[in-house]
Amino acid sequence: MEAQTALIGHNRPADATPVKMATRDLDVSYGAIQALAGVELDIRENEVTALIGPSGCGKTTFLRCLNRMNDTIEGCVVSGLVTLDGHDIYDRSLDVVQLRARIGMVFQKPNPFPKSIYDNAAYGPRIHGLAANRDELDEIVVTSLEKAGLWKEVRDRMGEPGTSLSGGQQQRLCIARAIAVSPEVILMDEPCSALDPIATARIEELIDELRENYTIVIVTHNMQQAARVSQRTAFFHLGQVVEMGDTVELFTNPQDERTQGYITGRFG
Amino acid sequence: MTEFAESRGHVGTNDGAARRARRHAAERRFRLYGILAIVVAVSFLVLLLGSIAVQGYTAFTATQIRLDVTFEPEVIDPEGTGDPELWAGADYGALIRHSLGARFPGVREPEEVRALMALISSGARFDLRDMVLDDPGLIGTTRSVWLPAAADIDMLVKGITPRDVPEDARRVKDNQIAWLDALVAEGAVKRALHLRFFTAGDSRTPERAGIWGAIVGSFYTMMVTLALAFPIGVLTAVYLEEFAPKNRWTDLVEININNLAAVPSIVFGLLGLAVFLNVYHLPRSAPVVGGMTLALMTLPTIIIATRSALAAVPPSLREAALAIGASPLQVVMHHTLPAAMPGVLTGTIIGMARALGETAPLLMIGMVAFIADIPGGPSDPATVLPVQVFLWAGSPERAFAEKTAAATLVLLVFLIAMNGLAVYLRKKFEKRW
Repeated sequence: MEAQTALIGHNRPADATPVKMATRDLDVSYGAIQALAGVELDIRENEVTALIGPSGCGKTTFLRCLNRMNDTIEGCVVSGLVTLDGHDIYDRSLDVVQLRARIGMVFQKPNPFPKSIYDNAAYGPRIHGLAANRDELDEIVVTSLEKAGLWKEVRDRMGEPGTSLSGGQQQRLCIARAIAVSPEVILMDEPCSALDPIATARIEELIDELRENYTIVIVTHNMQQAARVSQRTAFFHLGQVVEMGDTVELFTNPQDERTQGYITGRFG
Repeated sequence: MTEFAESRGHVGTNDGAARRARRHAAERRFRLYGILAIVVAVSFLVLLLGSIAVQGYTAFTATQIRLDVTFEPEVIDPEGTGDPELWAGADYGALIRHSLGARFPGVREPEEVRALMALISSGARFDLRDMVLDDPGLIGTTRSVWLPAAADIDMLVKGITPRDVPEDARRVKDNQIAWLDALVAEGAVKRALHLRFFTAGDSRTPERAGIWGAIVGSFYTMMVTLALAFPIGVLTAVYLEEFAPKNRWTDLVEININNLAAVPSIVFGLLGLAVFLNVYHLPRSAPVVGGMTLALMTLPTIIIATRSALAAVPPSLREAALAIGASPLQVVMHHTLPAAMPGVLTGTIIGMARALGETAPLLMIGMVAFIADIPGGPSDPATVLPVQVFLWAGSPERAFAEKTAAATLVLLVFLIAMNGLAVYLRKKFEKRW
């Protein structure tokens, strides 16, 4: 076990980690198409949970249920229970705007606002009223850019448009934008799929650093990436969770033959 | 190339080379058709603009005749009261008659005197009156004054109406031509910039008719149209595109908006007449009613342009804002609408340009009336540029033909300026990112 851990390159926290988010009997359908069926998953605090599986298996749909981004899709029906700190996030009395401030999201393609780098990072704090004055706002912006590992690269060009950065920098700007509102959970939907290997490595390092303060859920197509960055992994197949467990366990000793088939490259 | 052809040759024929040649020929033919189409389109445009410009540019100058006018006190102020109000009512035509009489002493018959007086614009006496009212010191002096020629004389001097036709086929008679030639010989006839065309309202007398009244009328009408159509149109489009649920009702609204865009403009005029005038008794011929009618016509254009501009904003931008906790309204106001602004402005300006050139609906609400005064506000009777063109085009005097073309030129300049503004705004807002 010790050897395997060293091989993957990460320390696993103790099993006693509290559950941050959980789903019970989660069904999602787009019109007549059932995208998820009976998904039960626990996401633990200050861990990176990786969601893997072949295309169209429902990973992204699941991720978008966690911050209710599926609400914006016409004809999408969600049933079942999704909780954050034990509270149902689909509760009618819950303010979805507030929820999304607690659960940030980073998308597949870097999508900075067509505004300056500063305004990109400052947008969230501004709309949520997190800063009382300009100095506080400046501090939040700088801290988030530092946490996203982008500050040194952009400190002299805060007024330039966010879209003028390289792909990897743009994605880190999007991460900075998400953490500027101090979320508790960060959802990442294949954050490296549009990036080159060096930028990918930079983001992976960053994910590992962010784990200290945030709970992270990452969808990825890249199994090596899942193995490198996550502590726990869920394998999705045809809208269901086939297997969920410790990343090292899952990759070295999969219980289900479909999991084994996928991670050894026999399908998917 | 040959190698490739040979390698294909083993199939049996040099089919490949022949097919390639046909393909290239088809490509060349297609390009040629394209170039021909452009040449035809451009030549029609040049022909159209050229003929308008050639007909119209002469209206920007006017013929003037120099006369030595004596500002006789016994004509201006026969009773010696010194009261400017009485001066205003004096017979300034007499001053011109005396001056012409002094220049052509042989002319005595009343018929001939009338013909002689017809050289000078019938409005020239108002110019003399204004001179006296501006500067009472003129009374009692003799000044050499450039007075506007009558429209028929103006046409003759500009060479628009011919001299070499039988006398009874001309409006300007032989004796008038002789007097005119005498004046030309002594350098008392010139063509000068016709500022009055840009500063006066409409008139029955061609040489006194100007386009300023129509420009002001158009301005007020456009302001009313913009004030109504822009906010209503943009709000409608934003609601339909960003907030409305997709159901049968919104589909119905959408279909109706698209249909409205295709409704003939005169129908909007009928609506304006029936509703704004007959039901609400709003003032007839007023820019406020014209603007409301044109706003109805422009709304579908603005809504459709705004909707397509909003739909073209990448969904990733909306998702980014939503995911950080922006409310749907914040997403629209901070991100989607600013990103769509170039398209919104372009659609609005193009809709406004169409409204500026619109005549038919305004005929229905009485903006076709003859209005000589410059409108002082949106509820004063007024006419607009295209209706002014229409009115002048229907006038029988030859001199109104050049006014028609000149007014068309002015209208075109405004339209080109508006389209230029649309291009500028689009570029400006696009540069932001």
